[in-house]
Amino acid sequence: MSTSVTQLTTSPLLKVKGLHMHFPISEGVLLQRSVGQVKAVDGVDFTVQRGETLGLVGESGCGKTTTGRCILRLEKPTAGEIIYDGVDLAGLARRDMQAMRRRIQVIFQDPYSSLNPRMKVGAIIEEPMKVHGTEPNAARRRERARELLSVCGLAAEFADRYPHEMSGGQRQRVGIARALALNPEFIVCDEPVSALDVSIQAQVVNLLEDLREKFGLTYLFIAHDLSVVRHLCQRVAVMYLGRIVEMTDSDTLFDAPLHPYTQALLAAVPVPDPLVEQTRVFRPVQGEVPSPINPPSGCVFHPRCPMAVESCKHTRPEPREVRPGHIVACSQINVQQ
Amino acid sequence: MMIDTTFRTPIRNAHKNKIKTSQGISGSVVLPPLLSIRNLHTEFRTGRGVVRAVGGISYTVEAGETVAIVGESGSGKSVSAMSILRLIPDPPGRIANGEIMFDGRDLLILPEEAMRKLRGGEIGMIFQEPMTSLNPVLTIGRQITETLEQHRGATPAAAHQRARDLLGMVGIADPDRRLKQYPHQLSGGMRQRIMIAIALTCDPKLIIADEPTTALDVTIQAQILELMKDLTQRLNIALVIITHNLGVVARYANRVNVMYAGRIVESGSAAAIYHDPRHPYTIALLRSVPRLDRPRQDRLDPVEGQPPDLTRLDAGCAFRPRCRFAVAACAESSPALTAIGESGHAAACFRAADIARAA
Repeated sequence: MSTSVTQLTTSPLLKVKGLHMHFPISEGVLLQRSVGQVKAVDGVDFTVQRGETLGLVGESGCGKTTTGRCILRLEKPTAGEIIYDGVDLAGLARRDMQAMRRRIQVIFQDPYSSLNPRMKVGAIIEEPMKVHGTEPNAARRRERARELLSVCGLAAEFADRYPHEMSGGQRQRVGIARALALNPEFIVCDEPVSALDVSIQAQVVNLLEDLREKFGLTYLFIAHDLSVVRHLCQRVAVMYLGRIVEMTDSDTLFDAPLHPYTQALLAAVPVPDPLVEQTRVFRPVQGEVPSPINPPSGCVFHPRCPMAVESCKHTRPEPREVRPGHIVACSQINVQQ
Repeated sequence: MMIDTTFRTPIRNAHKNKIKTSQGISGSVVLPPLLSIRNLHTEFRTGRGVVRAVGGISYTVEAGETVAIVGESGSGKSVSAMSILRLIPDPPGRIANGEIMFDGRDLLILPEEAMRKLRGGEIGMIFQEPMTSLNPVLTIGRQITETLEQHRGATPAAAHQRARDLLGMVGIADPDRRLKQYPHQLSGGMRQRIMIAIALTCDPKLIIADEPTTALDVTIQAQILELMKDLTQRLNIALVIITHNLGVVARYANRVNVMYAGRIVESGSAAAIYHDPRHPYTIALLRSVPRLDRPRQDRLDPVEGQPPDLTRLDAGCAFRPRCRFAVAACAESSPALTAIGESGHAAACFRAADIARAA
C-alpha cells in the first residue's frame, strides 16, 4: 500500500502490511481435518508513528483484537508483515520475540481475569521484571513496583493486597502498572476502559494520556467505544469483517466520515444530549455482521450497504487514498484531491 | 413535589378499596400513574453487614411513557427494578419498606400467586444477557408459547400462531424456522429480539428493561432500541429502562431518574437533566463522558474517588466525599429529593439552588 507513506517524514515505529490471520476450523476427533477457515484478519495494512495513538475500532468479530494479538505475537499470523522498528515480528523466533516483548506491552480489557488472583499486587507488577531479568535485585524490584503503583495513582500499600480486595478501576491501574514495568515504548491497549463505570473510565483515560506524555509512549488503542477513541486517538482505523474500511485523522473521521459503514457506525451511537438527539435523522443500518467463515463476495459490507451497486457484489474494493492521509475501501467514494 | 399521592375514588380499575390518584400540578384530578413507587428500601444481609442497596426511592411512571433509571454499578438501579417484580432473593435480600402501586394494586402485599401472574403478564421483563435469561434447552417457540399457555391458557395451536405474529413484530424473518431453533443458534441481537417478543406476549402495560443493549454492538443496539421505542409507542406500553449509557437516555427517555448509592439524587425531564443539572453527581457524570460529536477537549473531568461502601452509609449525603460543593450541612443529614424550578425537576442536594449552571 503506497498510501500512508506519503504523509510521513520519518519511518514509522510499526508498519503492518498485508496481515492475515485465518484460523482453521477442524472436524473429527482422531483424524482431524480442516473444513474451513475463520478469516479473522483478512489483509490489513496500517502504520503507527512514534508517539502517536492509533485507534482501531469496529464491532465484535471485526478482527481488531486479533490484529492486536498478532502484533504481540500471541498469535502467529498466517500471512503478512509486522515491521516493528525495522524488525519483522511475524517471522521472529520465540527467543527473539521474547526480547521484543520488553518493548511491546499490553493492557487487557478485563481487570478481573487478567490479574492472577493468587498473587499480591506487588508480585504481579514485579513478575515481568523477573521474567525478563531487568531488575535482578529483589529489594529494588519491590521498590520499583511501589513506584509504578504511585505513577498509576495508587498508594504504595496496595502492593500488599490481592486483586479481589480492589475495585475494577483500581485493578485496571494495576494492569497498567504491570505494562509499564519494563519501560516499554509501545503498548497495545485492548479495550482498557470498556469494563469500567463511566466516572472511573474517565480517570483511567486521563491516566493513559498522562503516561503517554510522561514516558513518550505509543499506543495502539483497540476499542468499540467511539467517544473514548475520539478523545484519545490522533488517527483512527475502522475495521469490518477482518478488513480496514476507513482510516484517517480523528476529527475527519468523526466529522466527515466517507465509508458507508463508518457513517452507519457513528449514526448508531447516541450522543448524551437530548437536543442534539432530537435533530439527528436516524435510521439504523439493517442486518447483522455476516460470519467471517463465509464472508460475502466482493465488498464484505455490500449486503447491509445503502449505497451498494451491482459491482460491489463482485469486486472487493481495495483501500485507496482519496485525500492525503484519508484511506477508504469503497468503490463508490470519489473525492477531488 | 413530584410524588404526592392522595386517596381518591377509583377511576380505571375495578379494585375498590386500594386505589390512589395523584394530584396534578394545577390541582386538577388526573389518572393515577401506572406505576408509583414510594419510599422503597431494599437491603441485603451479608457477612460484612447490611448492604442498603436501595435506600428510600420514590418515582412514578405514567402509562405509555419511557422512564430511564441511570446510574453506575452498585447504585441500586437493577435492585430497584427487581424489587418491583419482587425478584429479590430472600435470604439474603429483603424489601424492608415501601409501597409499589401498579395499576391499582400494591405489589408488596400481593399474594405470590397473583404476583406470578403479573410477571410476564401485565409486566414484561427484558434482561441484559439474553443468553442467560433464555432457557438453553428449550426451543424459541416453546419459550414463547409457554408464556401464553401459562398466562392465557391458550391452546397450543393458538399459541403457535401468536408466537409467529410476535416474531414478525420484532422483525425476525422466517418465523417458522426460527421457532424451532435453540437460543445458541441465534446471534445476540436476535436473542434480544426474542426476549422482546416474550415480554410482549401477554400485552403488557409495563416493560422493565434492565440494560437491554449493553451486551450488544452499537449498530445492533441501535436496531433494538428503535424497535423497543416503536413497539412501546405503538402499543402504548410504559417502559422503565435501566442503563448506564447517557446517550441512550438522551435519545429515548421522556423522564430520567439518576441514582447514586441507592437513592435518586436527581429526577426530571431529559432536557432538564442534561441542560440544567442541579445535583453535583449528575453534573460530574455528564462531564466525565467524552463526546463523539465534539472535537476533543483537553482532559476529561472525572469524578474523583470511589463510590461509597453501602454497608457503611452515615446520616449525611453519600456523595459528599467526592463532591466539590460539599458544605458542613451535608455531613449532618441526607438531603431529600426537592422540587426545583421547572415542573417535575427535583434534586437531592442542599445546594441545588446555588449550583444552577454555574457548576
